Amino acid sequence: MRDMLGYLGTDTKAGLSAFGLRYAVGSKTLIDGLTLHVPDHGIHCLIGPNGAGKSLTLRLLHGLLTADSGDVRWRGEGLSATDRRSQAMVFQKPVLLRRSVAANVDFVLKARRSADPAFRDALLKRVGLAGRNRQPARLLSGGEQQRLALARALAIRPRALFLDEPTASLDPNSARLIEDILCEERHHGTLCILVTHDIGQARRLADSVAFVAKGRIAEHSSTDTFFRAPASKDARAYLSDHLIL
Amino acid sequence: MQSISEALGLALALVVSGDPDLFEIVRLSLYVSLSATLIACAAGLPLGALLATTRFRGRGAVLVIVNALMGLPPVVVGLFVYLYLSRSGPLGFLGLLYTPTAMIIAQTLLITPIVIALSRQVLEDLNTEYAEQFRSFALSRTQRIQALVWDGRYALLTVALAGFGRAVAEVGAVIIVGGNIDHLTRVMTTAIALETSKGELALALALGVVLMALALAVNTLVYSVRATATRAAYA
Repeated sequence: MRDMLGYLGTDTKAGLSAFGLRYAVGSKTLIDGLTLHVPDHGIHCLIGPNGAGKSLTLRLLHGLLTADSGDVRWRGEGLSATDRRSQAMVFQKPVLLRRSVAANVDFVLKARRSADPAFRDALLKRVGLAGRNRQPARLLSGGEQQRLALARALAIRPRALFLDEPTASLDPNSARLIEDILCEERHHGTLCILVTHDIGQARRLADSVAFVAKGRIAEHSSTDTFFRAPASKDARAYLSDHLIL
Repeated sequence: MQSISEALGLALALVVSGDPDLFEIVRLSLYVSLSATLIACAAGLPLGALLATTRFRGRGAVLVIVNALMGLPPVVVGLFVYLYLSRSGPLGFLGLLYTPTAMIIAQTLLITPIVIALSRQVLEDLNTEYAEQFRSFALSRTQRIQALVWDGRYALLTVALAGFGRAVAEVGAVIIVGGNIDHLTRVMTTAIALETSKGELALALALGVVLMALALAVNTLVYSVRATATRAAYA
């Protein structure tokens, strides 16, 4: 097992850390002693087979779910309410309010008491939805809905952004736009944790890759190292079944 | 006793001519039922929202009770309100028995459970869809409920109209607490019951026509609201 804790020797007090997370539903343990550390910036991918626990891990890290045992820490401290309010998540299936495009972003801004139409319009332009303010959000195409969900997440100016397969089943243009925005966020110092099944996307974007198998981090290393010489048997088997682009 | 065709002709003549007695009854019916609907919504929607978004011990029992109360027999509600408002009752000093206010109270009690139960269902379904996103945004309970009520506004309007429909068509409770007093507490349903018992079918039928028209209007409104919301992808 390589670099499971403290990816590439980074300081565990300077990023997001999970220590020995366990999460069970009934008698079935879904996350089994998961430990992970990522710096407070950059793009870090969770990959692994279906049912490995990637999405659950993301929810535990974001605080949507509470682990039965173990600890999630941000910069060495437990997640405070303020920390939670500086995080956002983009789900695989975007959940949009039954409102207009602009009102979806305004909702988040108002909830943070920072309503700012100019900032909202800039965000919509950034995700390619300029001029669509009055359109009902739920009438957008799948790719547009996901981009709006991303704009809404960015509206809180997140320190940490969690993304659960945000480009799954999107057309290449929408996927590319989302990837470009993630790269911009990395440049701004935002921590992005991305669950993906798209190996090419992980290679293009990630600074590190954590391989999740059977509810644990089987391996966590730099993207180059992971794809060049995966250390774990599970990761090798997983990658051998994928077309590497 | 008039024949049906004769009575129907007279009824239509009353409606078309704008008979003052007929429209006084219609006005009072609308006043009582709309007031009851407003009060029931003011009380019932927040309670429905609270039930939809809160988990607590005994919640299942509360839901069963609220759902059971949807089927409250109007005469039982009327009797209950009568006992409270009658001169010897605990609220007898208010002198409300046989007034429109008493009728509003009775109808409010009758339809509030309907508003609570239906709005709880509407908002709970919406909350199931939104819950994870709301937790991600770290919203307060108040913010969540406000968002749910706003986004569920079209469905909640349907709930309110369902409550109004139940109130305006009800006869058992208002006849007990209102007394069916001419020019004071006589509403459409009680007037229909009285006129029918007297064999005066024209006024009864005229009121029946208005009541049916109201029911049709309410259903058309519900349908239009739902259709508009669906077209605009707000449903």
